[in-house]
This record gives sequence, structure tokens and C-alpha cells, in this order.
Amino acid sequence: MESAETLGEVLGRRGFGRRSLLKFAIAMTSSLALPPALAPVMAANLAKAKRRSVIWLSFQECTGCLETLLRSSSPSIEALIFDFVSLDYQESLMAAAGADAERTLREAVAANKGEYLLAIDGSIPVKDGGVYSMTGGRSNLGMLSEIAADAKAVLAIGTCAAYGGIPKAYPNPTGAAGVEDLISGKPIVNIPGCPPVPEVLSGVLVHFISFGHLPELDDRKRPLAYFGTTIHDQCYRRPFYDQGKFAKSFDDEGARQGWCLFELGCKGPVTHNACASLKWNGGTSFPIESGHGCIGCSEPDFWDAGSFYTSLAGGSSAGWRNTGIALGVGVAGGLAAALSGRRKST
Amino acid sequence: MAARRIVIDPVTRIEGHLRIEVSIDTAGNIVEALSAGTQVRGIEIILRGRDPRDAWAFAQRICGVCTLVHGLASVRAVEDALGITVPENGELIRDLMAGAQLLQDHVIHFYHLQALDWVNPIHALAADPQAASRIAETIGYSETSMDHFGRAQARLKDLVESGQLGIFTNGWWNHPGYKLAPEVDLIALSHYLDALAWQREIGELLTIFGGKNPHPNVAVGGAPCAISVDGKLPGGADATAVSTTGLIRVRALIERMRDFVDGVYLPDLIAIGGGYKDWFGRGENVRNFLTYGDFAGSPAGNGFGVPRGAVLGRDLSEILAVDLQDPAQIQEYVAHSWYKYSRDTGLHPFEGETSLDYTGPKPPFAQLDADKTYSWVKAPRWRGHAMETGPLARLVMLHAAGDTAAKALTTETLARLDLPFEAIYSTFGRILARGIESKLLVDRMAGWHARLMANIGRGDLRTFNDAKWAPENWPRHSRGIGTIEGPRGALAHWVVIDDGVITNYQAVVPTTWNAGPKDERGQHGPYEAALMDGHRLEVPDQPLEVLRTIHSFDPCMACAAHVFDSDRRPVVEVKIR
Repeated sequence: MESAETLGEVLGRRGFGRRSLLKFAIAMTSSLALPPALAPVMAANLAKAKRRSVIWLSFQECTGCLETLLRSSSPSIEALIFDFVSLDYQESLMAAAGADAERTLREAVAANKGEYLLAIDGSIPVKDGGVYSMTGGRSNLGMLSEIAADAKAVLAIGTCAAYGGIPKAYPNPTGAAGVEDLISGKPIVNIPGCPPVPEVLSGVLVHFISFGHLPELDDRKRPLAYFGTTIHDQCYRRPFYDQGKFAKSFDDEGARQGWCLFELGCKGPVTHNACASLKWNGGTSFPIESGHGCIGCSEPDFWDAGSFYTSLAGGSSAGWRNTGIALGVGVAGGLAAALSGRRKST
Repeated sequence: MAARRIVIDPVTRIEGHLRIEVSIDTAGNIVEALSAGTQVRGIEIILRGRDPRDAWAFAQRICGVCTLVHGLASVRAVEDALGITVPENGELIRDLMAGAQLLQDHVIHFYHLQALDWVNPIHALAADPQAASRIAETIGYSETSMDHFGRAQARLKDLVESGQLGIFTNGWWNHPGYKLAPEVDLIALSHYLDALAWQREIGELLTIFGGKNPHPNVAVGGAPCAISVDGKLPGGADATAVSTTGLIRVRALIERMRDFVDGVYLPDLIAIGGGYKDWFGRGENVRNFLTYGDFAGSPAGNGFGVPRGAVLGRDLSEILAVDLQDPAQIQEYVAHSWYKYSRDTGLHPFEGETSLDYTGPKPPFAQLDADKTYSWVKAPRWRGHAMETGPLARLVMLHAAGDTAAKALTTETLARLDLPFEAIYSTFGRILARGIESKLLVDRMAGWHARLMANIGRGDLRTFNDAKWAPENWPRHSRGIGTIEGPRGALAHWVVIDDGVITNYQAVVPTTWNAGPKDERGQHGPYEAALMDGHRLEVPDQPLEVLRTIHSFDPCMACAAHVFDSDRRPVVEVKIR
């Protein structure tokens, strides 16, 4: 089902005219690391776009990924769910319940066959016939198989949907798996993070609405624009790292001076995400700026990679992911090596 | 006697996965109710063998809606076990975060999860914005302009005329249970949109101290956010987010919270509640209330001033002492849950057993059996009693404790609705209690902020105690309990630590208390009991009345069910297409 009106017409009536749309497109192309020349194209495409159907299924989740969507500031959550897309199924927000919710899902699939975006949050438990997570008396796996079949593309939102996340942490009691372990033959984008940065999620949506396809992905199916560099590479505390100035405790003098949190276990050097550049809640802060090291929450299996407080250089317990990265000059080289080959060859 | 079985699954506009089944007689009266949690992840099992300092990050992921409170309960349990005292600034920062989180959660619950049970967006299309403006002035909203309501109506009209109703699709908009004047529908709908913007802004407070929201960072030993009032980076920027700039912003956000509660949230409760007075007469049926008390004993004064205790049979003359250590007080039962115990009794969390035993029907299935097992949620009991926890329980406890501010505000609010005190024991009473405590809380927050600023002004920047950070300084065996009053009620984590790692971890959470199934004696939990209190389904295929009462509890199902053992079989992969 397509609405008669375009996004340009609807936004225009709200006083968000062509000039504003172009400004927005300039910001979005920059955020998506697209050439500036694409901004007018994006603006023109957005103006012509119809609201695309989004079907959002929630599996083994904590609803943090929906909460993160609610914090989206650019575009705002209000604009996103009422103007940019048609959020046709989302259990935490939708009015319909029970049998009418199930009917809503069937109708949305039928009306937008082959065209809807399928957003997933949460992992899918596959052990014991899927009894560890059921909706409407059905297993998550049955639902995923059915609804993914007619989707245009699948968005695996959050580390759980992307890689299995916390339910998959040892000993993975429910046989939890990520979307890409269960589905093939569909374009899939992973938007990891526990939860993901909301503007990364909305950026991918805006890209899809503008150009009709997913943005460029890396070898882990992540949008390259947001996951192409490590947090460490973009961190405002990087100069202190380079100078060898490290906080030793959470409120020692170094911590108060904003020194590097590497020795307190920060996983920024091996974590790919946009926290340090986009930051959180409209640019307010991000974990390192608020004094706690990055816990690596957008990396696969980060839950099982060792303590959040063990330095990447090792320590009293096993090093994170046993990387054993040495402090000092060697680090830069090692990190560069870790980063090479990220870009998808296609 | 039952004429029909009505199944609601998914129960939408909640956190997580909940199934409700009710049996109705020929007149539509609910004669039996069954509440089933249909998801588990096993986070407590996953926690075994891990570093207790890491536990908060796992525990916090129990829930992304009441994000933070599980993290705080976890670090407090570990601090209790290891004997760690948190500096006052650390407690104040935790309190400020917990206050903002609770308020943000309550507002999102009221507008985005629950309002559509009472507010009809289709009716709002017929409203006269000018009349809405007049009504708004009478009730005392901060924003009463015709323009404000006109813009909201235009946005709604766009949505409806587009033919793509999105989240409003297939709502029960023709149900006769929607009773508000279209103008009140419109006022509330405009606040649905306003609250979306407001909650995003309030999230900044959690991000300043915790680095992000949802799932801000906390730490065993205090608050990990160093205060940098003098710390400037070489370029002149603030060294950490908790800078003078950040702290001034926190103060402004507290004002934003108070403005919204005073000027929007409380007036909406009066306007909407006034249209549904019959809902102040049903929906509370266990008559027992449990609280763990405030934000865990900050020296700055309690979060709400709520003491720990139990009230039985709505008897406000006595607050019974609650001891979380006492094995005879809090116990969990599994007679109707998908677990098995080695002993035929309820178990205290320190000796809790978590053995998976799914004995429900094979999915896909049509119906569960209330006489058998039917939920991933256990049934917790206090001295054998089913207890309600949450905002209503807290308000009851404040009254039993003789809190003057709470009593005055409750009396004033109920007087505006021309209702007696007993009206709070109800579905809408529970909703009202959530608003009343929001006001009580937000009025205290400026004081916590002032105290933090005063400490900083004296040069006390300590937020963190690292004396027992290193495992070398821990006892070989220890166990601890961490509690907090979360948005949905009394939350506690129990942890056992041996030789530096977690050997047992149990969380008994608010929604377990409220949403749990029957116990071995057949006693219903609060959800089930409430539905069996004067509920008649006017249109059985549109069980709006069930949603109203269930939503009044603000279900958080990912919190409720998350315990069980593993047999570590490999993951089966399935390919489609």
C-alpha cells in the first residue's frame, strides 16, 4: 500500500520546505560518508519518496533497541515514525493487540509484499523447538522465516539480532543465534551495539528511503560509514594515549583531566562504532567522555571476550580476546593491521 | 460457567513478551485469568563464573526500558558482598540518574505504552482545537494555545488520510469503551507527540553521567564518571562530560522534568481520569503491598521517602518488617511455571534452584492450561502472600508511613476527581499513583543536585572508592543483596561470590511479583487477581478492558523471566530460501 502523498509534500506542510530538506540531506550524506555532491540527489529523492512500510519484529530482546530508536534526534523519532516510514508492526508502540496485532502483521506483509523493510531486534532461540521465546503461541524462528521471505531487506538491529548478543553469551542456554546465522538470500544489514547509536539506525533508514538500497557494508555486513573506524581512532582522548597519559582509577587526577582509559580496560581500540564521532543523545556525551571505558558492545561475542576492566595489554586475568596488544609504539601498528581489510572488496 | 476463552498474545505496548488468557461467562464477565511470560534468556546462568565487577553490564541488559536500575541493583549487591562504601557524590549521581530514569520511564509508559487504551486518536480528528484550548486552560496545562492542538490534529489528519495508519492500524477505535470528549482526546494526542521529544531530552541526564542512554555505565564502588570542573583539555574543552557545563545542564534538565510533570503529566491524569471514574473501582485484588525502599539508602535522603516494608489486607495501620536475608520471607514457587525444583517447596533466592522444565504445549499452540504449567515467570511470595509492587505499593507505603507530602498530594489529586482515598486501589488508581510519585520525586531532585554542587564547591570530587577494586582484597567467600525501587517496583539482586567469581546470581524483579502465575496453593498473582476483579468485556473480540488493567502495571516481561539451566546443546541453523 502506498500513500498518495510524497514526503516532500507532507514535510512542506509542516514548514519543513525544500531548503530545510536540502540542509537535512547535507547533514545525512555527511553522516553516511557519502560524497557531498549526493546531497541534492538525496534531497530530491526524499522529496519524491513515499513512506516505506517497516515491519519490526522483537525476539529475545530487552527493548533497549526500541528505546534507542525513541532517542533518535536526527531525524527526530516523531518525524521518523510518522513522516519518513510507515511503522506497520512494532509490538511496543502499536495500538492493536492479540488477534488484531497478528492480523495487522498479515495485512502489512500482504499489502507491501517484496517492498517492506524488516527490522529485527533480539536474538532467535533455536533450541528445543524455540520454546524459549514465543509470540502468539509461535516460535520466533517460524515467524522470522515467514516474514523475512517477502522483505526487501532485513535490518538486524542491535548486537543480539546481529550476532546473538547477550543470550548467546556462554553457555548460550537457549541456543540463541543472530539473524545472519539463520537467513540467506536477502540483503541484510547489521547495526550492532547494545544498543546501537540511534542516528546510525535512522541513517540507514534514510539511506534506504533515498536510494532504494542499503548503504555500503563492510565484511561483517555493517554500514561502513559508521563502523569503518574504531572508537579509539576518533576518540577525543587519543592525544593522551599517544602521550602515554593514562587514568589509573575512575576518579584519580588523570581521570579528572580526561586522560586515556586504556589501563582501566577501555575496548575502544578494537571496537568499531560511531560513538566517538556521533556521540549519544544528540551529541551529549559517549561512554569514554563520561569516564567509563568502552565495553566493546558492538563487537560480536564481546560478552565472552574477558573482563570489561582488563586492559587490552593484558593484566591479572586473561586479556580481552587475548589480543595481548602491547602498550606504546607497537600499539599503533597493531591497530592499523587490525583495521586493514575491513572494507568490503566488492 | 465459562462461555468463552479469549487469548491476547501478543499483549502489545509493553516491554517483552506477555500472553494473557481470560475465560468469560455469557455476560462477558471475566471468571478466570492466566498471565504467561513467553520468553527467557537465562542471564543469571550466563553470569555464573564471571567477574562480579562485570555483572552489572549483563544484569542491566535484563531490561532496556528500566535500563540502569538492574545495573544499580547489581553493583549494590556486589558492594554489599565485598563491604564497599560508596562516596556520597557517587550515591548522589546514582540517585540523579535513577530519578531521571524513573521519570522518563513513567512518562513513556503513560503516553506511548498506555494512553491508547483510554485516548482515541480517531475521535481526536473531530475535535475543535479552539474548544480544546479552552478546556486546557481550565485544567491548567502549561501550553494551551489553539495552535498547539491544531498542529497535532493536522499531523494526525495527514496520517489518517495517507491510508497508512502505521502504529494506529487496527486499533479498537470503534469500541464503546472510549468515553473522552474529542477535545480531551486531542489534548492527550498532542502530548503523545510532545512526550516523544521530552523523553529524548531527559535522556541527556543519563548520558552526561553514564555516557549513553539506554544502558548507561555504572561501576562497583561508585560512579565511574570523574568530575572535571577544573579539567580542561589543551584546546579548552571540558575534560569529561561531568563538567561545569554538564552540571548546569543537569540542573536545567531537572527543571524540564518538573515543568512536564506539573504542566502536562498531572493535568492529563486529571483530564483523562475524570472521563473514566468507573476505572477507580476495579483492578486491585491481592490487597497486599511490598516495597524495598527508595534508592537504597543514599545519605542524601531517600528517592521517594518510601520505607521498606509490607502492608497486608490494605491495613495501613501497620508496616510489617521485610528482611531480604531471612529464608522464610521471600520465596519463589514454580508449581505453574516451566521449571522444576528438587524440593517440593518455595525457595529463597540465596538457595534458589533454576532448572528448566518446559512442559507447555508444543508451539504453535492455541491455548494454555491454567491447571498445569503455563509461564516462564516464577511465583514469588512474601511469607506466603502474593504481593503487589510498584507505584501503587509505594503510595500505599507512604500513606502507612504518614508521609505528609504524599498524603497532601494524593488528597488534592483525588479531590479534583471527587474521589475518596479508597479509589487508589484500582486500575486508574495505579496510573494515578505513578503520576503522584513522579511529582514527589522530581520535587526532591533539585536538592540532590544542590548537594552534589555543594560538595564539589568544597573541593570534594570523589565519586568512586577503589579500596576494594582489586580481587586480592576480597574475602574468599561472600554474598550480598542489592535493592532499588525501580519504575515498576521492588527490585533485588542476590549474588554469591567465591574465589573472585560469581557462583550464584538471582534477581527477583517487580514484574515477577506482579505478573507471576499461581503458586502451589492456587493463589493468583496481582495481574491475574486484578483481571478477576469486576471486569466485563463489552466487546469480547476487542478485550480493551484487559489491556487497561494489564497496562496499568506497566509490564516488563524481559525482567520477569530470565532464569534457567542449560544443557549446552549446539545451535541448530536453519536456512530459508
